[in-house]
Amino acid sequence: MKLFAIFAEAWRAMAMNGLRTALTMLGMVIGVAAVVLMLAVGQGAQYTVNQSIASMGSNLFIVLSGASTSGGLRFGSGTVPTLTVADAQALAQIPSVKAVSPSYPGNAQLAYGSNNWSTIVTGSTPDYFTVRNWTLDSGHPFEESDVRGATRVVLLGRTVAKNLFGEDDPTGKTIRIKNMPFLVVGVLAAKGQSLDGRDQDDTAVVPVTTAQRKLFGNQFPGTVRYLMVQAKSTEAMGEAEREMAQVLRQRHRLAEDAENDFTIRNLTSVAQSAAGSAQAMSFMLGAIASISLLVGGIGIMNIMLVSVTERTREIGIRMAIGARRRDILLQFLLEALIICIVGGLVGVMIGVGGAWLVSSMAGMAAVVTLWSILLSFLFSAAIGIFFGYYPAHRAAMLKPVEALRYE
Amino acid sequence: MAVPLIRVEGLHKQYEIKGGRAVPVLHDVNLSIAAGEFVAIMGPSGSGKSTFMNILGCLDTPTSGHYFLNGQDVAQLGHDELASLRNSLIGFVFQGFNLLKRVTTQENVALPLLYAGLGQTERRLRALEVLQQTGLEKFAQSLPNQLSGGQQQRVAIARALINRPSLILADEPTGNLDTHTSQEIMEVFTRLNREQGITIILVTHEHDIAHYADRLVRFVDGRVEHDGVVAA
Repeated sequence: MKLFAIFAEAWRAMAMNGLRTALTMLGMVIGVAAVVLMLAVGQGAQYTVNQSIASMGSNLFIVLSGASTSGGLRFGSGTVPTLTVADAQALAQIPSVKAVSPSYPGNAQLAYGSNNWSTIVTGSTPDYFTVRNWTLDSGHPFEESDVRGATRVVLLGRTVAKNLFGEDDPTGKTIRIKNMPFLVVGVLAAKGQSLDGRDQDDTAVVPVTTAQRKLFGNQFPGTVRYLMVQAKSTEAMGEAEREMAQVLRQRHRLAEDAENDFTIRNLTSVAQSAAGSAQAMSFMLGAIASISLLVGGIGIMNIMLVSVTERTREIGIRMAIGARRRDILLQFLLEALIICIVGGLVGVMIGVGGAWLVSSMAGMAAVVTLWSILLSFLFSAAIGIFFGYYPAHRAAMLKPVEALRYE
Repeated sequence: MAVPLIRVEGLHKQYEIKGGRAVPVLHDVNLSIAAGEFVAIMGPSGSGKSTFMNILGCLDTPTSGHYFLNGQDVAQLGHDELASLRNSLIGFVFQGFNLLKRVTTQENVALPLLYAGLGQTERRLRALEVLQQTGLEKFAQSLPNQLSGGQQQRVAIARALINRPSLILADEPTGNLDTHTSQEIMEVFTRLNREQGITIILVTHEHDIAHYADRLVRFVDGRVEHDGVVAA
C-alpha cells in the first residue's frame, strides 16, 4: 500500500518535469533500441553464415592430389594427378566415412539455341549430391549406370539454367557442351553464394567418366582433380582424416619416410572459423550498443542528481512530516526505475521495428530473439537501479534540518 | 508529578565549520515543558532559538546533553524512530509555510498520512475532514500559490494537525504575514491549545505574538536568560 503510494509520488514528480523526463528516457530508448537492433543484426549475420555452411554440406573434407616437382621447381597441390575414382571407392569403404565423390572439373562452353554460357562443368558420381547436400528443383540425378556408361547427361545449376533457358524448365532438353549434345536430366536447387563469395549455382554436373573421356581428355586416364569426402559425424572427422591418409598411403604405395602425395583439408574448420567470426562480430556489435546504454544510464544519474539537489527542500519537508530514509530512497529509486523500464519498453519496440526495417528494406538478415529482448530489458532495469541508487541514497542521507534550510 | 512532555538537560550544540573551528550555539540549556503548555520562545537573531526548536522537533541532534520527549531519551532512537515521532507526535509549522508547491491543498495536508502508511481513500477522507474543521474545504483542490499567505499557513497548520499530534512546533509562523492575518493564525493556535490541549511551542520576534502564550522563554547567546509567565 505504502509502496504504491510512493510509486504514485515518484510518478507525479516525473510527470511534473515532463520534458526532462522524456529526454532522459530518450537516452535509454536509444540505448535499448541500439542493443536490440545490433544483436539482431549480429544474429542475422550468424544465421547467414550458418546457412551458407549448411549449403556447402556438413562434415566435409576435400582431398587434393599432391604437388609435382620438376627440375627443382615445386608446383602447388593438385598438379600431379595421383587420385583416382578407385581411390574414391576405397575411401568410401572406411566406416567413419559416409560418402565420397570424386570431382573432375573443367571449363566448358554450354549452348542452347542462340544462348551460350561458359561455366565450370564438374564430373562426379551420384554421391556428389549427397556430399554437397544438394537437392533438385526438377528432374532426377544421374545414376551409377550413367557413370559406367559415360553417358552424355548433365544437371544444370540455377544460374546456368537461367542463362540458357530463362524461365523455362530445361529438364528433358538437349544442350551442347563443347559442341557435343547432352541431355539435361535435372536442375539443381539454388544454393546462393559460398562463404568466399562464389556463385555456387554457376555450375553443371556430368558423370565423372563423361568428363574424363569426352569433355576434358587427359594424359592420366582415370584420375580426378580432387575428392570430396563426407564424414559420418562431426565427432568422427578426426578418425576419418587419419584413416583416409592411411588408406591413400597404402594404395599409393608410399614408403614409410615418403611425404604424402595428397592433401586432406577439413572444410568444416573453415566454416567454423567463419561462424566464429560472425559470432565475434555479433558480440562486438552488442558491446558497442551497450556503451550507448551505459551513456543513457549516466544521463539518468546526472538528471537524478540535479533533481535531488533541486528538491532538497521538498525532501526536508517530507522528512519533517515523517518520511523515513528508506521512503525517500525508494521514491527516487523508483523514479530512475520508471525512466529505465518505460524507456526500455519503448526501446525494445523501436529496436524490433528497426530490425524489421533493416531486414525488409536493406535485405540484411536481422534476427530478433526473445533472449536479446530480455537481455537488453533486464540490462536497462539494472542500469536504473545502479545509476539511480547513488542519487537516491544521497537524497535519503540528507539531514532534515539542512534540507529544510536549503534555498 | 507527571513526566513532562519535554525535558532538556545540559543541552549543548555546536556547529563545525570549515577550518575545524567549532561555533557554539547552545550552552547548557535546561528546560522542562509540561503537556498542554503554550510557550513562546524569543530572543535576538543568532541566540540559538531556532536550533533549539530543531532539536525539540527531532530534526537536529544535540552535541551533548539529554532531550527527553515523553520521558524517552531521543538520543537512543534511530532514524526511523525519529521519523515516526515527527510523523505522529509532532506537528511543524514554518515561517515559509513549506508546502509542496505543485501539489493540491488536500494532498499537502494528507502527506503525513502517506508516511504513516494509510491507504489512499482514508488519506483523502481524513484530509478533507481536517480541512473542514479549519474552514479550508473550498481550497481543497487549489495549489499553494493560488492561496494567500494566511491561507497557506492555515493549510500548513492543518497538515501539522492531521496525525493528531500532542506537540506543535511553530518557528516564526507569523513572520511572513501581516498583523491582521497574524492575529487570526495566533487565534487558531490559542484555540488548539485551549480546546484540544495541544502543547504549543512557538518562536517569535514580536512581543504581540508572544502575548498569546502563557509562558515566555528568552534566549540570549545560546542560554536561557529568562523563563517565566508572559507579562500582561
